[in-house]
Amino acid sequence: MKVDFVHRQSAHCESGVTSSLLQNIGAAKITEPLAFGMGAGLFFAYIPLIKVNNGPAIAFRTFPGLIFKRTCKALGIPIVRKKFSSKAEAEKYLQDALAAGSPVGCQVGVYYLSYFPREYRFHFNAHNLIVFGKEEDNYLISDPIMEFPTTLTTYELERVRFAKGALAPKGQIYYPAQHVEVTDDTIRKAIKNGIKLNVSNMLNIPGWFAGVNGIQYTGGRIKKWRDNLGLEKAGLYLAQLVRMQEEIGTGGGGFRYMYGAFLQEAYAFLPNDDLLKSSEKFTETGDLWRTAAVLAAGIYKGRLGSQADFNQMGDYLIEIAEIERKAFIELKNIKW
Amino acid sequence: MKKEDVPQDLGSLGKITREVCYATDKDGKYTTQLSSGWEVKAQALDLAWQDIDQRIASAKQKVLNKEASPLLFFMEYRLMDASILAGYTGFWQWQIKRHLKPEVFDSLSDKKLQKYAKAFNVKVADLKSMNVHES
Repeated sequence: MKVDFVHRQSAHCESGVTSSLLQNIGAAKITEPLAFGMGAGLFFAYIPLIKVNNGPAIAFRTFPGLIFKRTCKALGIPIVRKKFSSKAEAEKYLQDALAAGSPVGCQVGVYYLSYFPREYRFHFNAHNLIVFGKEEDNYLISDPIMEFPTTLTTYELERVRFAKGALAPKGQIYYPAQHVEVTDDTIRKAIKNGIKLNVSNMLNIPGWFAGVNGIQYTGGRIKKWRDNLGLEKAGLYLAQLVRMQEEIGTGGGGFRYMYGAFLQEAYAFLPNDDLLKSSEKFTETGDLWRTAAVLAAGIYKGRLGSQADFNQMGDYLIEIAEIERKAFIELKNIKW
Repeated sequence: MKKEDVPQDLGSLGKITREVCYATDKDGKYTTQLSSGWEVKAQALDLAWQDIDQRIASAKQKVLNKEASPLLFFMEYRLMDASILAGYTGFWQWQIKRHLKPEVFDSLSDKKLQKYAKAFNVKVADLKSMNVHES
């Protein structure tokens, strides 16, 4: 059993799954950056109270699940989304959807994801992949971060669909419910909608730990890490920051490049020069995030480590916060 | 980032798949470019694993010193905190914390040990002896 489906590689799992599933039902113009931008995917949050692998929780993207939901909603595409308490029921539902001809998005944990290298297997439960068929005991898997389609046995798929811990997937599956004509007008509306929401998320979110204020705050905290945590732990925290920023799925520069690509693609639908100007700003901050990562690596490799290095690291984030603030204000002020 | 600056430092992921990066071409237009890895983030990942290996070694020592039960070793080995382990076993977190005491662990029934063994993907005998056969 194999449904009609073309594997497409993308940078990030959720925007990739969203784009692939939508392109598959005929919305051929919905690229990964468009899905990411319509879903208001760009974010920043630093939550030291929540520990991820013994380091602070740091996020460069919005909460898992929202990109698919927002993008489909903005495009007026109804979705099927289901969680399960029974493993048998979860598999039956999946098989029925495949039999009906739908490729299916699945939320999975990566700890037991057999085709990932061991170094990448943490208890991270918000990975996304597409199941597009079954041959004997093997499910056919399109994992957007992989160059080529792969497979998982029935047992392996069940184990990752029912991974436990934070954000446990509970067998969650999702897919667009039906074929809907997506017009350029709808796309324009969805783009504006996504930008507005992202502006609001980055500029107006209350609290000191998220949005552009969160980046600025984190910059200030980093300057104190050396004294407060000691050099070794501070190095581990910086490594955590770099991994969240650059590891599989961000497209580089903590999703900033992907957002820059989104704004350029948006320009093709809504020719407004401010979109291109803002895009350049995100290219600039993406570059700065990566420059900061190089400095961080100097610290966690032990080549650097003076207070001046930590100050410089913090200043990079403070500079990034200012540029991103300006970019989002620019986007906010666009007269459509 | 310019397309030609997308790093190609072969990392552990790069041996299995290259990953998509967004980068600009000579006209400043965004395009995608495959990357086989970047030293800076490979080093960050290495450091995370060095830290994990240290935690595993120190947990093992604590078990050998009878300061903790083998549960601590396997929790570090499988990167599980009490809440993840509670999810996989069905125990409450306070029960798991109790089972971390060697004397309590030694009195656990086979049925309970079996639950832990399953969660850690090992045999009950290995659970007691801290043997690990696979990665």
